[in-house]
Amino acid sequence: MNLLSNLINGISLGSVYAIIALGYTMVYGIAKMLNFAHGDVIMVGAYICFCAMSYLNLPPVAGVLMAMVVCTLLGIVIERLAYKPLRQATSLAVLITAIGVSYFLQNIALLIWKSDPKVFTSVVEGWGGLTLFGGELRITAVTLVTVLANIVIMVCLTLFTSKTKKGKAMRAVSEDKGAAQLMGINVNSTISLTFAIGSGLAAIAGVLLCSAYPTLMPTTGSMPGIKAFTAAVLGGIGSIPGAMLGGILLGVIEIFGKAYISTQLSDAIVFAVLIIVLLIKPTGLLGKKISEKV
Amino acid sequence: MNIKKLLAVLLAAAMVLSLAACGSSTDAAASSAAENTGSEAAASEAAPAEAASGAAIKIGGIGPTTGAAAIYGTATMNGAQIAVDEINALGGVQFELNWQDDEHDPEKSVNAYNTLKDWGMQMLVGTTTTGPCVAVSAESNNDRIFELTPSASSVDVIGGQTDGIARKDNVFQMCFTDPNQGTASAQYIKEQNLGTKIAIIYNNGDAYSTGIYNKFVTEAEAQGLEIVYTGTFTDDSANDFSVQLGDAKSAGADLIFLPIYYTPASLILKQAKDMDYAPTFFGVDGMDGILTMEGFDTSLAEGVMLLTPFSADATDEKTQNFVKTYQEKYGEIPNQFAADAYDCVYAIYNAVQANGVTADMSNADICAKMIETFTGSFTFDGITGTNVTWSDNGEVSKAPKGMVIQNGAYVGM
Amino acid sequence: MKKLSKTTRDNLITYAIVIVAFAIMQTLSVTGHVSNSLAGQLVPICVYICMAISLNLTVGILGELSLGHAGFMSVGAFTGVIVAMSFSGLPGWLRLVLAIVIGGILAAVAGVIVGVPVLRLRGDYLAIVTLAFGEIIKNLLNNIYVGVDGHGLHFSMKDTASLGMDGGTVLINGPMGAPGIQKLSTFVAGFILVLIVLTVTLNLIRSRSGRAIMAIRDNRIAAESVGINITKYKLMAFVTSAALAGMAGALYALNYSSILPKKFDFNTSILVLVFVVLGGMGNIRGSIIAATVLTILPEALRFLNDYRMLIYAVVLILVMLVTNNPTLKAGWEQIKERLAFWRKPAPAGAEGGGSNE
Repeated sequence: MNLLSNLINGISLGSVYAIIALGYTMVYGIAKMLNFAHGDVIMVGAYICFCAMSYLNLPPVAGVLMAMVVCTLLGIVIERLAYKPLRQATSLAVLITAIGVSYFLQNIALLIWKSDPKVFTSVVEGWGGLTLFGGELRITAVTLVTVLANIVIMVCLTLFTSKTKKGKAMRAVSEDKGAAQLMGINVNSTISLTFAIGSGLAAIAGVLLCSAYPTLMPTTGSMPGIKAFTAAVLGGIGSIPGAMLGGILLGVIEIFGKAYISTQLSDAIVFAVLIIVLLIKPTGLLGKKISEKV
Repeated sequence: MNIKKLLAVLLAAAMVLSLAACGSSTDAAASSAAENTGSEAAASEAAPAEAASGAAIKIGGIGPTTGAAAIYGTATMNGAQIAVDEINALGGVQFELNWQDDEHDPEKSVNAYNTLKDWGMQMLVGTTTTGPCVAVSAESNNDRIFELTPSASSVDVIGGQTDGIARKDNVFQMCFTDPNQGTASAQYIKEQNLGTKIAIIYNNGDAYSTGIYNKFVTEAEAQGLEIVYTGTFTDDSANDFSVQLGDAKSAGADLIFLPIYYTPASLILKQAKDMDYAPTFFGVDGMDGILTMEGFDTSLAEGVMLLTPFSADATDEKTQNFVKTYQEKYGEIPNQFAADAYDCVYAIYNAVQANGVTADMSNADICAKMIETFTGSFTFDGITGTNVTWSDNGEVSKAPKGMVIQNGAYVGM
Repeated sequence: MKKLSKTTRDNLITYAIVIVAFAIMQTLSVTGHVSNSLAGQLVPICVYICMAISLNLTVGILGELSLGHAGFMSVGAFTGVIVAMSFSGLPGWLRLVLAIVIGGILAAVAGVIVGVPVLRLRGDYLAIVTLAFGEIIKNLLNNIYVGVDGHGLHFSMKDTASLGMDGGTVLINGPMGAPGIQKLSTFVAGFILVLIVLTVTLNLIRSRSGRAIMAIRDNRIAAESVGINITKYKLMAFVTSAALAGMAGALYALNYSSILPKKFDFNTSILVLVFVVLGGMGNIRGSIIAATVLTILPEALRFLNDYRMLIYAVVLILVMLVTNNPTLKAGWEQIKERLAFWRKPAPAGAEGGGSNE
């Protein structure tokens, strides 16, 4: 029973990582850049939703929508100003710019919302969740919603990239930018669209992250961001089902590490597992093998 | 092209700002008021008075106002600023406060300290956090600048233990030392018979938390308290406490000792409630502030006990005035950090009045006089304690108040 | 006079810049013309220059992205503290030298432990694994307790009580770091270390091994096909880089009375990476300049109060855009042309575009 309840705790933590990792992997897969500002877009999304619900007294659904709209716009603006001018530059230059954007967002959030933590009201407040085996086992409503959201987003993204024209263009860009351009695909706007979608997903991730762990500070997004990045790599960065699998696994490993090995070394355990997995499977669990050209 | 790009970035910044501002209308007024808290405000308010009664004594302040620990630094900065403003309004001894950010990093803290030295700092209120304070207090000891820290609670700050560094005679604390809190908590739990099986959850990546934990364990052993579970977390894993709480529950703990800050504590309370686990929670001064977190459901903290020197709803006039001014100026209810910093400035003020330190004295002279006063028969009545005195080793002596949270407010035990 | 080759001339200019900068700063500080704020930053600047040069070896010369460089720095830092504090009988300069050397050696050992498995991976996967190692090292340091007494050194992974000390001093106290460090680092020591790091790196780059390392960066398969031992040369660059970072870490630790494991986290690794990228990949002189400017910048912006870090972020983004966007870069070059005095003796082409793959 203890094992089962730890497993459920792991999945609920992992589902939060997974939903952040989905956004990471999406942007990486197409634009081939590590968007370190993703965690901070998540934080902005959570703040917007918090403000909508607490100050404007909007219902949770409206708060989430508002967060999505603002984050999507924010994603487009960031992309247009900071990343687009660097399309031809090395990936490292873009990485550093992303870090600059991350600092920028954190500090502007600090100026606007101040440093004192806000307690986020869960968007599923009031729903009881599931209780099994006469109270022995609990699954909170947030976990259910997060897992569900993960599945929905994963399915939607997979369908989008395989069925729609825009989605196919994305896959083409991720395969080979030059060839895609030759086929008449507008590479620039495709990448911009990816960022818009990724940032919209970040808003949902932010809301669910803060519903599960309700303290909201300007630095809220950074550590989950890094963990989610780890999760995306674990699952094979660029792979949409991989992000979900990686996220859930990372959560389960973290909880199991704490429960059965040591709470003091839990961070080290998580990262050690990541290293072992990558040594056995160098492109992550579901990552594609890269063939090299001479 | 260059200018165009710069303009575009600025416009984007403006847009983000305005987007966010419309989302948080209530905060907007508060933030604009708080934005000019830094040295500008100090300078503009001190300037006219300064002209009237000679030079002001330059007080430096250091604490994190950006980064993950910004809550603590900002609170101390605001608390100190209020005290300085009040003192300057009285017209007697004048102070000028210059607060510098250290991002909770010893390196940046020493940089901030050096910047303040260039500015002409004569006394230091700071630093807010422990790690940086250990580095800065070594510098100030070397330079003979008097230092009173509001909240850096480790004994390494003041020095003078047997297995550690030598006493830094210019450094004094306004907060309890960590060992002091650990010992007091264990004694309190035993005396009041609050629990028999004790679980502890602490932050093993944090000096404050680990410091209290170590002493608590030693004292608990001496008192014959049974510790059934010890769990840790770090700032990197301060989200999910299901394992620690689950293990504490299966170990049958009826009291959980939380020597941690209120932000992770609020998560622990919520997750304990989610799993229907209701032991007694016992916190230390870092727990103060939990009730005033914006959006916090205070019913979660029902029955939580803590040892704290300060409570924002105390009825004495001083506290009420301070809380009122703080709310007017910064739109928040002050926590223990703000109160400690406020008391620091007033303690310095009282000491200066007693020993006649003036702005034209050298730092070394000021330091010597202040040390003499603080280690002498000086007593201080502030909002974090009455009849406060300091021992020769820099530790403060004031009575921690045992508080229990009932109906969303502190009630003395 | 025999005409010097372009690289030799370039390297000599780099040495000259460092030596002249040191001479100026030293003269100014001896004569008391340096503010406390700047004086306090001299050693950290030397440290960050060493860090940037050493990371440039991995990122710029070897061409592998490392996000855990601060991990090696921390190994050097904490080792350095233990060494310096255990030999308290020796003169200060000797303790500092011992600390730096032994710190460097242990960091090199860590470099081998990390490098052997990590260097089998490629690209971003390698980056994440270095990040993971950095986090693991930080997590372990948060749990290490070291004390010294009459019987020698004591280690524990639990708490100070379990050290079983007989009097003596606790040197490393878990998350509280090393609280009672005696300050031994000086600007002169920092300068000498910069020169050492610079010499090691420049000579490595110019040697046969250096050319092999760069060949791997430029085309791994081609390099392999001409018989270059990939693993050996990769490891050589990586371990050298780790050792140099460890030496810088020891210098850093002995400049402060207290250091915390928290300091050596992901953010510090990123900070150093920013120096390298901003200075130009593979461009050692660029690393030196970028490390100096970006260490001073946040301090110079202190007058901005709360807006300080915000402006720093904006500057960072703008600099990246100006130096990497083709249009903006062209505009920037034009400005440079007009300001004739801005021109350095070195051709402008060697500056930024050193080695964009």
